[in-house]
Amino acid sequence: MDTIIQGKAYVLGKNIDTDQIIPAEHLVYSLSDPEEVKMYGKYALSGVPIDQAGLPEGGIPFVEEGYFCSPYSIIIAGPNFGCGSSREHAPFALKVAGARAIIAESYARIFYRNCVDGGFVIPFETAQPLNKSILTGDEVALDMANNTLTNLTQNVTYQLRPLGDVVNIVQAGGIFEYARKNDLMASEA
Amino acid sequence: MAQTITQKIFARAANRKFVDPGQSVWLNVDVLLTHDVCGPPTFDIFKQEFGPKAKVWDPSKVVVLPDHYIFTANEHAHRNIDLLRQFAAEQGLPNYYDVGTDRYRGVCHVALAEEGFNLPGTVLFGTDSHTCTSGAFGMFGSGIGNTDAAFILGTGKLWEKVPESMKFTFEGQMPDYLTAKDLILQILGDITTDGATYRAMEFDGEAVYSLPIDERMTLCNMAIEAGGMNGIIAADAVTEAFVKVRTSKPYEIFHSDPDAQYHSMYRYNVEKMEPVVAQPHSPDNRATVRSVAGTPITKSYIGSCTGGKLTDFRLAAKILKGKKVVVTTNIVPATVLVASQLETELYDGQSLRQIFEDAGCSIALPSCAACLGGPSDTVGRSVDNDVVVSTTNRNFPGRMGSKFAGVYLASPLTAAASAITGKLTDPRDFL
Repeated sequence: MDTIIQGKAYVLGKNIDTDQIIPAEHLVYSLSDPEEVKMYGKYALSGVPIDQAGLPEGGIPFVEEGYFCSPYSIIIAGPNFGCGSSREHAPFALKVAGARAIIAESYARIFYRNCVDGGFVIPFETAQPLNKSILTGDEVALDMANNTLTNLTQNVTYQLRPLGDVVNIVQAGGIFEYARKNDLMASEA
Repeated sequence: MAQTITQKIFARAANRKFVDPGQSVWLNVDVLLTHDVCGPPTFDIFKQEFGPKAKVWDPSKVVVLPDHYIFTANEHAHRNIDLLRQFAAEQGLPNYYDVGTDRYRGVCHVALAEEGFNLPGTVLFGTDSHTCTSGAFGMFGSGIGNTDAAFILGTGKLWEKVPESMKFTFEGQMPDYLTAKDLILQILGDITTDGATYRAMEFDGEAVYSLPIDERMTLCNMAIEAGGMNGIIAADAVTEAFVKVRTSKPYEIFHSDPDAQYHSMYRYNVEKMEPVVAQPHSPDNRATVRSVAGTPITKSYIGSCTGGKLTDFRLAAKILKGKKVVVTTNIVPATVLVASQLETELYDGQSLRQIFEDAGCSIALPSCAACLGGPSDTVGRSVDNDVVVSTTNRNFPGRMGSKFAGVYLASPLTAAASAITGKLTDPRDFL
């Protein structure tokens, strides 16, 4: 696992639910067929009302019309990111679109588990409302070893909450990799 | 040491005497539920991780209830049903309820109860956030993703953090204008959509125990709308009567100890409560129906795991009998059983189905339908700037189809009364 993830920030508000992350009508595509998987990238975050997409100004789609990947790799959001349904298609879609980490004030439980156990995107928490100070398009760097986020555009560094108990699963790349490494699948099965 | 009902169920499933909130434990899973949207990717992960020839840990504990995208021409949706069918055949799963056969049941959370899979004291995980519905039976039910479900398929186990509990006590006699939906929308307005994240929501009080089992399911169903890990109501005689005619499997009834520790406690007197709605675009955006009465609507929708059960339709029929709706009104029974009850249940000498047809409602086949939008040909799907009053459970932007539409979550009484006037209407106007 890289210790530094650097890229452009994409900023969202609060309560971004899974229908905004990947609208239900697109859940029919396969998550294993490489051609169909691209559709999850195309429609990632397409349910966000356009005035709320890419804050503070809005009007910035996460993935441009006609593309399957996003130019943004770090999502910055308010509280309760990923609330709503249990669809693992949500963190999957973000990963397919090119997101590598999310920094939100809090997460809904199932989404958080899915991010970690599926090894899709890394969900960091921040005690500060970073979606009020970081602008969509700012160049940011996430330092996993020190739990910090640096806004290179604005030249400010923020302290994030450590990942805590789940850091080992994140480092392993998912629950199966973690379970194998720790002999859990053999002994638990 | 004193424990809540949720702690006791965790302790049983983890083979311990006591578990502490915050502690992570491995739970032995009694039932794993999946459906047509999350089943196929779950089975893919299972094969990838455990091998193409691997067998599930216990075929009798896997329940597969297709319900989301059933009555659609969408080919990818049909393929997902084929994938369920194929996996059920390969694995010899006895509890697969195939589409297009007389085994088809409808919405999974309601069918699970009808088929006798909900047993007090047990642990259920499902690849659907509304798996918490089953907590109405004094059991633990919670939603998970495909990866966690695949892990259970192979091992029969899952790690989970023991939740802290919040207690919600409803005192008083339920007035005839109030339903379980009003109670849970009241709570959501008070604690907001992340007010119970990672916690158990325990419901108690004489008003709760006066509710039939399907209303208790409505209450637990929407625990997830507050971020709750589970909703739970200890089993009583009503629960046992429902369970015993459906299964002879053993079960164990747990109660919270009187001195158990809670994160927080809320008390309500139902006699002082009013019918409420959740306004667009969040389940916690509560208002009394009275305060928003007169808001024009374009559709009324009565259906889903939380609002398409027998009691929901009995309540709607009470209002709609002898009246005409002035907006498109979709009646979507959750299951085949509920659909058949519309024929057999009478109100004031008429079948519920007759009452709805006479009022001008359209009655759909049982499935999740437009609760979550679904493919473009889904019955009741919102379009353009629709304003929908709906008995479903979620109203974030785009939930019922169009992201320009607004959805008011309401009780079946309020949805029915509003269908007659074309405006949000307090059901007391018709009672």
